[in-house]
Amino acid sequence: MPKTLVQEFTKGLWEELPPFRLVLGLCPTLGVTTSMENGLGMGIATTFVLVGSNLLISMLRSMIPTKVRIACFIIIIASFVTIVELLMQAYTYPLYLKLGVFIPLIVVNCIVLGRAEAFAYKNKVSFSMADGLGIGIGYTLALGALGAVRELLGHGSVTVWGDLSYNLASSFPSFHPFSFMVQAPGAFICLGLMLCLINVIGD
Amino acid sequence: MGYFELIIACVFVNNILLAQFLGNCPFLGTSKKMETAVGMAMAVIFVLVLAGTITWLVYTYILVKFGLVYLRTIAFIVVIASLVQFVEMFLKKSIPALYAGLGIFLPLITTNCAVMGVCVLNIDKEFTFLQALVASLFYAVGFGLALILFAGLRERIFLARVPKPLQDTSIALITAGMISLAFFAFQGMV
Repeated sequence: MPKTLVQEFTKGLWEELPPFRLVLGLCPTLGVTTSMENGLGMGIATTFVLVGSNLLISMLRSMIPTKVRIACFIIIIASFVTIVELLMQAYTYPLYLKLGVFIPLIVVNCIVLGRAEAFAYKNKVSFSMADGLGIGIGYTLALGALGAVRELLGHGSVTVWGDLSYNLASSFPSFHPFSFMVQAPGAFICLGLMLCLINVIGD
Repeated sequence: MGYFELIIACVFVNNILLAQFLGNCPFLGTSKKMETAVGMAMAVIFVLVLAGTITWLVYTYILVKFGLVYLRTIAFIVVIASLVQFVEMFLKKSIPALYAGLGIFLPLITTNCAVMGVCVLNIDKEFTFLQALVASLFYAVGFGLALILFAGLRERIFLARVPKPLQDTSIALITAGMISLAFFAFQGMV
């Protein structure tokens, strides 16, 4: 059944929510979510690459030969990643330094290549853009949520872009932050528990 | 940093899977059975050593020399993708037994972020050629070690009674967290 443009967009927000529903793109999900700001930044960068590559691949889909399509996809994606890399170096340098190796690694993020192969190569330009945007925003929200939980439990407060902040200790004076959550093992356990929560809600 | 410290750092302290979070998709995807885990580990060791050294050479002698550093991401992914293709063809012709053993894991390595990640890390940390070679080899060994340990645990979990919402990926991630905690103890060593 053909879906409408809105449906293609909204499926990325719940039905096919990348890290939880599809369990793809886990490396940045675990690696950069030490704070909400990092998570959101990574999500936005990935969204840009997703929309850009989906748009270009969809436009070129009749010209890309089936046999070498994966190589073509990777080159297109790598070009967009380079654009993001240069843009972030120019305008958001502190964030660029924090995300570090994970920015060039958007190239090998399975979500981006997955959408190119499964969606953009077979669908119209407008639908591909809606799909890319939906999945990208879903991914951003998921990374932001995971980052927020880890930052809140690990540091006791959440700060986004310097001015928006919330301190847990003000509502629960007996709460002590445990830095375990912002370290490596906490990432795995926190994501595992969130996945469990999503499964409970999903049922 | 001496080579001994570098080796310890690569295998344990900065373990590519558990401390740096690179290559987690194959980590969760191929760890359900011991056999596939061993296959994936071998394939990664094989490709990572080649990719790590070749991308270092490409970066130092082509990109830096001609002022094309901004093309790093594109150049590296092209090198890795063609390397994987080349290795696949070479093994198919000359060592069919190994090719059959690695099977489907070889093409999957192109999109394994551990490979790309180590290549980028080698450059970011300004390693010499020999350091890059040692680091690539032992990052890969660390990957294999963590993957095989994890596969062993997951085979046990398969037999356990896990509450329904926690099943499969969820419990796997929590188990990975526990192994990561164990590796965390190496933190002060180097």
